[in-house]
Amino acid sequence: MKIKTKKNASVTKLAKKLLAIDDQLTGCMHCGLCQAVCPVYGVTLKETDVSRGKIVLLENLAYEILKDIDGLSERLDRCLLCGSCQTNCPSGVNTIEIFLHARRLITEYKGLNRIKKIVFRFILPHPKLMSFFVAVSGQVQRIFRRKANENMGTFEFPILRPFVGKRHFQPLETKSFSAKYGKINTSTGKSGIKVAFFPGCVPDKLFVRVSQAAMKIFDKHGVGVFMPDNLVCCGIPNLVSGDYVSFKRLVKKNLDLFKETEFDYLVSPCATCVSSIKENWFRFKNDFTADEQMLIEKIHYRIMDITEFLVDVLNVDFKVSESKINMRRVTYHDSCHLKKTLGVFTQPRKILKNLSGLEFAEMPEADRCCGSGGSFTLTQHKLANKIGQRKRNNIVSVNPDIVATACPACMLQLMDMLSQNGDNVEVKHVVELYAENMAD
Amino acid sequence: MNLNLIKEFIAIVGKELVFVSEADRQAYSYDAAVLTPQIPALVVMPENQEQLGKTVRLAYENGLPITVRGAGSNLSGAVIPSSADSVVILTNRLNRIIEINKEDLYAVVEPGVVTSVFAETVSSHGLFYPPDPGSQTVSTLGGNVALNAGGLRGLKYGVTKDYLMGMEFFDCNGELVKTGSHTVKCVTGYNLGGMMLGSEGTLGIFSQLILKLVPPPKASKAMMAVYDDIAKASETVAAIIAAHIIPCTLEILDKKCIKYVEIHTKAGLPVEAAAILLIEVDGSHVQAVEEDANEVMTLCTKCGATDIRPAKDADEKNKLWEARRNALPALARARPTTVLEDATVPRSKVPNMVAEINRIALKHNLEIGTFGHAGDGNLHPTILCDRRNKEEFRRVEDAIDEIFDAALNLKGTLSGEHGIGIAKAKWMEKETNRATINFSKKLRLALDPKYLFNAGKKIL
Repeated sequence: MKIKTKKNASVTKLAKKLLAIDDQLTGCMHCGLCQAVCPVYGVTLKETDVSRGKIVLLENLAYEILKDIDGLSERLDRCLLCGSCQTNCPSGVNTIEIFLHARRLITEYKGLNRIKKIVFRFILPHPKLMSFFVAVSGQVQRIFRRKANENMGTFEFPILRPFVGKRHFQPLETKSFSAKYGKINTSTGKSGIKVAFFPGCVPDKLFVRVSQAAMKIFDKHGVGVFMPDNLVCCGIPNLVSGDYVSFKRLVKKNLDLFKETEFDYLVSPCATCVSSIKENWFRFKNDFTADEQMLIEKIHYRIMDITEFLVDVLNVDFKVSESKINMRRVTYHDSCHLKKTLGVFTQPRKILKNLSGLEFAEMPEADRCCGSGGSFTLTQHKLANKIGQRKRNNIVSVNPDIVATACPACMLQLMDMLSQNGDNVEVKHVVELYAENMAD
Repeated sequence: MNLNLIKEFIAIVGKELVFVSEADRQAYSYDAAVLTPQIPALVVMPENQEQLGKTVRLAYENGLPITVRGAGSNLSGAVIPSSADSVVILTNRLNRIIEINKEDLYAVVEPGVVTSVFAETVSSHGLFYPPDPGSQTVSTLGGNVALNAGGLRGLKYGVTKDYLMGMEFFDCNGELVKTGSHTVKCVTGYNLGGMMLGSEGTLGIFSQLILKLVPPPKASKAMMAVYDDIAKASETVAAIIAAHIIPCTLEILDKKCIKYVEIHTKAGLPVEAAAILLIEVDGSHVQAVEEDANEVMTLCTKCGATDIRPAKDADEKNKLWEARRNALPALARARPTTVLEDATVPRSKVPNMVAEINRIALKHNLEIGTFGHAGDGNLHPTILCDRRNKEEFRRVEDAIDEIFDAALNLKGTLSGEHGIGIAKAKWMEKETNRATINFSKKLRLALDPKYLFNAGKKIL
């Protein structure tokens, strides 16, 4: 009985904390228009899966009408934080901010699960350890992997099933990008521009070719590059799991590495990292020291997605295509973070439409979420697959040779979905295609 | 709820589609109306018509109040459960378009099909389904029929009732009733479809609808006319109709609404204006549409428009409509709570009604922006407030009552397209009379003797 009272008291405390964002919750007029764009609702048609339902449940908790915190937490986790609802919301409700806040409060209340705790607090802050995992798994993969889709050259890793399910991957890298290159500090060339490069975990460890393409482009255009040693994760997995403590630790580690060198822009091939650094670091800047705040602000205004950098800053020229023979058909998938959070969607298309040797075809629902959502795909694998299937169907409907996107997390999901369906479509980052077809 | 009964529902639709947990049930306690929520006892999501029929029968046999729900986007509380022992039946998975017939111009659909998904599918077959309620991207066709939904195209193309050719529905015993047909003409039996239209879930539960399709217009032309006096805008509307031109859309934004849209979009709207009209004419012949548009512009000038901005191309037309599309978003962002009404008056009374609304706003010290369908007199006075402020919300409720009074005094109606639901049920007798209410009650009791179908809505 005593325990129950104690629990009730802490629920009341949690409810009080939620009341702090009551203004934002009340802003939802319950019109339900989020149903039209929510990828999760699109699959399940359940009200608890759409933002209106989640916001009402949060309101109910704030006013202690709802008592089942576990039930609420389970439902809050069924969200990709893709921002589609926020973009479409007539009342301009900031759903991402609401859900990040709620997840943080609930994680503080319930505590973090053990696996996440290990990953967020002990693995993510140690890049050398992660590179070591890459090297080891890259070496021994031949023993464990199984061919999945011959055309696409993908593999399945039965030994990893408890963690990643039956996902299909490209062969694992034997050396991470950062292990290969170490600290980078090249001087500024003809462009007169110096960038700080933030590859992001996936282009550093799984799609090293994307980071290498970026380096090739910087070199070609005379852009000086600074990449510190020991960069850590941008913190988005921690934040979406509500683990604010470890998020803050990662941000501080990264800030420490960027304070030493001047740069004109901070560039990344990962849309998720860009949106996280630009928006989430900035959102919580008041929790940092004065010096750190200044750096967060500077980065907020200077960080840029790499396709945006190529088109809007470098203003790159394109090789004129001589022949229409052997054109490869390419379609483009809008990453949610890139289009909905950062508003970048014309730039990657401009690149793809102008590159020689490529024929561009717009797919239906190009900006509908692919279902990846970073860690969502691990914790909500079945849902992610169902959402991904719609994306896959849209991709193959335009019969492309290549599907391009500008987000490595989306690349993983697209590759898996296409491979699982036995398709033969190459998955590439826009900068890879640009690097292959740059004008002389 | 009794565990054995829950098991019986599970036996019909499966475990995954019966929602009993606190969180799931709470997510079906509200709709888009600003009203007190009611958490139901159980939520069931049938996947096919057989399951739907069995669910209805089981609930009815056991005396459970039944509320059928689609998107839950209505503005009258029509799908807020009646009581704590209610079962909510969801139509969302009954979302198949069964047939689109291009020769005979009809479609057969299940009630959970989303309106705009249907309209787009019809359009991809080269045909047109005109009803376009504001919530069309999420609203379901079943919901549209149950509330006789309207939209921007009402003036020329009519509303949902003009497109319902027939239907199948379950009665309270879970028996399937059929009415109407796939033909233009049909006089077989009572016009039960007409009775079910706008019945708000009080008479039976739809399982299939037959909807009329029409050929799409081939040309259209849009313009904006600016007025320094709202009466002149209204005269223009009357003049256009008197000239026998029926625009496909004829929308009005009042001064406050223009102000909020401009703050929100910075699109360069004339903020000093008293009202703007947005007019679009369409038809099958480019030349004829062009002539109609020219005549409309002449009439606008004649009636005293201070500025007329025709859209030269599709891009400009899109920008023009941007102002109307942004009316609700702009108003909704101004304050936490947005109460959207739809009192409707004969179109000649639009200036009187707007004057009344502004008087009521002043009296109760409230911000009310008005936009709406000037062509059919269907206005949307939108009250900006904060429902957490009890004192202010009491003033809002008083203002709503007075708005209804004003509409009825002008020979108007309580609701043009949002429905009666819970919100306006107590006003029904005032618009009609005691005999009408008694007749409706008798009808209702004959079809629903236990009074379980959406109790507390529509007719009290």
